[in-house]
Amino acid sequence: MPYKVAQIGLVSSHPEVYDPCDDSFVLVDALLADRVNLAQHQPSICMEIGCGSGYVVTSLALILGKEVPHPALYIATDINPYAVSVTRETLEAHGCFADVVNTDIANGFEKRLSKSVDVIVVNPPYVPTPEDEVGCKGITSAWAGGENGRTVIDRILLVAEELLSDKGWLYMVTLAANKPVELCIEMKKKGFASRIILQRSTDEESLQVIKFWRDVDGLQLEVNAEENVGVNSKLFFNPFSFWKRGNQLSN
Amino acid sequence: MRLITHNMLSSNIKGVTNGFPLRIQVEKVVEKEVDFNPDFLRNMFAKIEWKALTEASKTLGYADLPEETEPLMLESEEFLRKLHHALLELHLEEGALVCPETGRKFPVNKGIPNMLLHEDEV
Repeated sequence: MPYKVAQIGLVSSHPEVYDPCDDSFVLVDALLADRVNLAQHQPSICMEIGCGSGYVVTSLALILGKEVPHPALYIATDINPYAVSVTRETLEAHGCFADVVNTDIANGFEKRLSKSVDVIVVNPPYVPTPEDEVGCKGITSAWAGGENGRTVIDRILLVAEELLSDKGWLYMVTLAANKPVELCIEMKKKGFASRIILQRSTDEESLQVIKFWRDVDGLQLEVNAEENVGVNSKLFFNPFSFWKRGNQLSN
Repeated sequence: MRLITHNMLSSNIKGVTNGFPLRIQVEKVVEKEVDFNPDFLRNMFAKIEWKALTEASKTLGYADLPEETEPLMLESEEFLRKLHHALLELHLEEGALVCPETGRKFPVNKGIPNMLLHEDEV
């Protein structure tokens, strides 16, 4: 009996692997909310960067599994060698399959999967930490994000730029401290439109899920604030809500 | 690791000009049945580097793929089933992927390749 999303009781765990938490749930909730768009999108190749326990990639496979006429290829990567084992177990427990690789972001895939991945999901290490905590392969890799929590995020965005197909979508969790508006501006310079599709505040964190896609036809809202306008006005106009191609969400 | 993944991986060790395809060192191969889905195969076909797949498949012990392909083959169930088997049902559980230029081995354990580079390889 296929589940709607991954079940916590079936998610494998290990002391060195990040268990699903609010950030994992907000990403899966965003994917669930976007499931109609995702189904219409008919992705062929999907990738999770930083799969951790496997909760998100398993959920994505379950969400899409019911909707698309033909299955997609799922690839899951993590720098943490324990995480890749745990992800494999979690997938198996749900009757799902993904090709799992122990690597740094998508190292090894960039050449052959250039402009080929239709959906990338990532819950990155976004916590602001000292730089020397970044890049460890144990559980610290799950959260250590360096200055403004952006060190790994910025690298992931470069890789996503390379891998995303023309129709590719990237879903990424960020914290307010990561300056998501700035992120969206930087991605816009590289030709990516974006939208914050879900926001959630917990006691400890204010989380957003941003969806990015290639702005191929160059359509933009008139109201989109240019780089010389201050941050506050950008927030007021919410210039990054590009409503097009039926890509609409109520939240 | 399935051959569909192998077909998407290359070695990008510093200084390597063409790290694809990775050679395969086999210690243990496992076959796991997966539902046959011709649409998925037709969809993926354009992305596949055929020679890399046939060589890898032979290394894993399956030599039934044709050496060359033509578009009409995608209508043949016989061909698709062979493609299905090679691409999706053969798992390298234990062994290594080998950089074709440097000979550096990327271990594969429990079906998971370790593509992490050492500091001096980045």
